[in-house]
Amino acid sequence: MAVTSQAGIDEGVLLAQARDGDTRAFAELVRRYEGKIFRLAQHITQNREDAEDVLQETFMKAYEHLDQFKGDSKFYTWIVRIAVNQALMKLRRRKTDKSVSLDEQIDTGEDTVVREIAAWGEDPEQHFSREELGKILDTAIQSLEPPYRSVFVLRDIEDMSTEETAEALGLSIPAVKSRLLRARLQLREKLTRFFKRKGDDAFAYM
Amino acid sequence: MLTCKDFLHELSDFLDEDMDRELRAKLETHIAECPNCWVIADTTKRTIQIYKGMDPQPVPPDVEKRLMDALERKIAARH
Repeated sequence: MAVTSQAGIDEGVLLAQARDGDTRAFAELVRRYEGKIFRLAQHITQNREDAEDVLQETFMKAYEHLDQFKGDSKFYTWIVRIAVNQALMKLRRRKTDKSVSLDEQIDTGEDTVVREIAAWGEDPEQHFSREELGKILDTAIQSLEPPYRSVFVLRDIEDMSTEETAEALGLSIPAVKSRLLRARLQLREKLTRFFKRKGDDAFAYM
Repeated sequence: MLTCKDFLHELSDFLDEDMDRELRAKLETHIAECPNCWVIADTTKRTIQIYKGMDPQPVPPDVEKRLMDALERKIAARH
């Protein structure tokens, strides 16, 4: 696609142009969101190759179904929904992951278990190189089951609101909230193993 | 009287500052008196901050090229 100078154009205008067949307008929309979609796909699939497929499939589908986008949600929320579905499909195909449905019954109730309570040192992440820190953060996210992982990625990494996350994932607001709480607590626990202040030992609690 | 379990249940909304003033005051009183819940709130907050602070990686040029090429093929096939 040709290089365009459409960076400053309003999204609504670009969408209208893209619907009318202006491929440069669609390319500009891709450029605006490809980074976020690629990051999201990497976090959910935890696999670079799958993430690249998800990125392509998302924008292919978006282009194909552009006339179905009614504009009652944000364009970004709409493509995130496509991307999450594609990413979960990848996980399902990989089959090593058995819990990849967002609809399945999951236990979100009483067992928000906190096993390890230890204060963190000051700026504990400074003790690790960028690469090491990236690895710690990725491994922790990877340990979450996909229904929790998806909610955490949308809410806390992509910075979407509870309502947008609910819409993108087809979940109720209480479901988003309970999954988010559990995801955050699980990640906190994983990171505590690396970041706790020296000399603070874990102790059982609750 | 708020229990640790009650506190934990409200933790996300507390950190997101998504609650009324009255409940917030109760939770603040609780963490002022409960070191364990204070640690959980503090470390959960920092967990979120660390993830939020991750640099967004730009799409590598080769990945972007493959994406744009694929779209171009798709568009060409439709016309």
